[in-house]
Amino acid sequence: MGEIKKLETAKLMKKVMADHFYEIDAACKSGDPKVAWCTSVGPAELLRAMGFVVYFPENHAAILGASRAANDCIPAANAIGYSPEICSYLTADIGAYLKGFTPLAKIYDGIESIPKPDVLVYNTNQCRDVKDWFEWYSREWQVPCYGIESFVNVGEVTKDHVDSIAGQMKQLAAKITAATGNRLDEDKLKETVRLSRRCSDLWREVLEMAAHIPSPLTFFDGTIHMGPAVVMRGTQVAVDYYETLLKELQSWVDQGIAAVEGERHRIYWEGMPIWGKLRENAKLFLDLKTCVVASTYCNSWVFSAFDPDDPWNSMARAYTELFIVRDDDYKEEYYKRMLEIFKFDGIIFHDAKTCPNNSNCRYGLPQRFSQETGIPFITIDGDLNDLRCYSEEQAITKIEAFIEQLDG
Amino acid sequence: MSCFAGIDIGSTTAKAIIIDPEQRIVGHSIRRSGYDFAAAAERVLNEALAEAGIARREVARVVSTGYGRRNVEFADKQRTEILCHARGVNFYYPEPVTVVDIGGQDNKVIHLGPSGERLGFTMNRKCAAGTGAFIEEIAYRLELPLEKLNEMAEKASGEVKIGSFCTVFSCTEILGMARRGVPVDNIIKGVFRSVVKRVAEMDALDGKVVMTGGVVDHNPIVARMLSEQLGRKVEVPPAPQSIGALGAALLAREL
Repeated sequence: MGEIKKLETAKLMKKVMADHFYEIDAACKSGDPKVAWCTSVGPAELLRAMGFVVYFPENHAAILGASRAANDCIPAANAIGYSPEICSYLTADIGAYLKGFTPLAKIYDGIESIPKPDVLVYNTNQCRDVKDWFEWYSREWQVPCYGIESFVNVGEVTKDHVDSIAGQMKQLAAKITAATGNRLDEDKLKETVRLSRRCSDLWREVLEMAAHIPSPLTFFDGTIHMGPAVVMRGTQVAVDYYETLLKELQSWVDQGIAAVEGERHRIYWEGMPIWGKLRENAKLFLDLKTCVVASTYCNSWVFSAFDPDDPWNSMARAYTELFIVRDDDYKEEYYKRMLEIFKFDGIIFHDAKTCPNNSNCRYGLPQRFSQETGIPFITIDGDLNDLRCYSEEQAITKIEAFIEQLDG
Repeated sequence: MSCFAGIDIGSTTAKAIIIDPEQRIVGHSIRRSGYDFAAAAERVLNEALAEAGIARREVARVVSTGYGRRNVEFADKQRTEILCHARGVNFYYPEPVTVVDIGGQDNKVIHLGPSGERLGFTMNRKCAAGTGAFIEEIAYRLELPLEKLNEMAEKASGEVKIGSFCTVFSCTEILGMARRGVPVDNIIKGVFRSVVKRVAEMDALDGKVVMTGGVVDHNPIVARMLSEQLGRKVEVPPAPQSIGALGAALLAREL
């Protein structure tokens, strides 16, 4: 049985993530700079350009999942009226707060709690749950909460979409200034958008390293290495991180090092990771000599529209172009583009019980894609954080049987 | 003589099949799986060996399958029940078929191509409604012996409609019917109808449909009811409960 190979850059990851959390903790304790919470595909560039340090609760919720603390926390949120059927990031995070728990305190000496924000800023491009999540904290702490109400099921992104979202972003900046006193620095906005674009381009290059056969990277590696693209985009730190990672991956490709020794099959993962089973699933595919080479999830932090010369419109476009906002025709074409790049043999759709917007197997899309391309698929039932929704034995059998099917 | 064994450790029952080099079934056994899967595997293998009248050393290779496949320490290979059911059905039906397997806790629909190759499969979601466990639970709640259910459904003058998706709520619904004096035969037929509906909604049941698993083995009425629903005859191979074990034995021979 093989061992999961670790990139050296993973050590750097530990440092940059620690720096990130200590920076926010220090700001929270001193009151300077002010702290903004932001949804993971929310307007982080705007907040940085307004002088905030930015905290992403979805990242915290994923840590709760990956450390398997989520299932101890979710029931506390269920008990105050947040259903087990809704986003288990929300229920895990609010539940953890209600229990006075954060894994950050276990990981980072000196951090006692999640940072209390000066403002909460969401974008509903992912779902309504992020708004409900932030509004709960807004009521709890009496902190202002503002957001962008995005479009859903978008086909082609039009000027009307962009105008609407850019307009909302400008109004948002004005509201934040009125509430916190922090003002927008237009030059800093351009610079932040430039850095976000650079981060995004590098992240895409990192992910596309998996187009090599054999691939030096798995989806499971990607879910770890995407951290800086989520929580530090718009900073030089994230850019430096991905330049380092890219170099190491290129050296693996040059040396013919495979993430999965003896790679026999290549799989595309559609949907959320099962955070509490990341390692087990990575090992399962490793033993099956199958590399999960790409995923919609990791690709979600590729924002190719960012343009420092047109920050407002390009931010509006970038945050509306996202896969999750788009209609099924777009999604099907997207998979075809991914198939061309990554040359996968099959797709696994993760039907995440509490995340309908990231579960793209509920309206016949897998069947349509499979009929058009001949690429077989399976669906596994699970969840991002709530392991009560995941039957591990059943999932293992499905995955093993799928690989047997690919074996012919 | 070199024989080959297939051991299928399901969530409810353990099955063993021994075949000779000419693929003839020479021994078989079925027992409850219990909690000790390794012991269940030993037991069904020994019983199948006794029926075949051969010694353990005459078994050249063993393939295990099913929920407890990893607990069969003496197996040379483990294979999923999807592959083993596909292989077992292809033995009797060497043509494109859709396999519908109703097991103890899993239902499967497997699409096979002309050479028995798997074109795709679906398993039930994380829910046991419509599986053997569902039927067992209802029999337990109504205090009815499992072996009488088929006969009762055959005698039914009508059938009830069960509305719930959930086994527990279905039981509540059924107990309510029993309290209202609905004939129990009609309730049991309704239970089987609900099983048939659940498998029919899992996937498209195209072409020739072959049913396997313990539920159809003990309750042939289920295959007839699915035939009615689909409007065409549903096939059932010999010993449908042991098809996975047969497939495993055939795969052991081909290793």
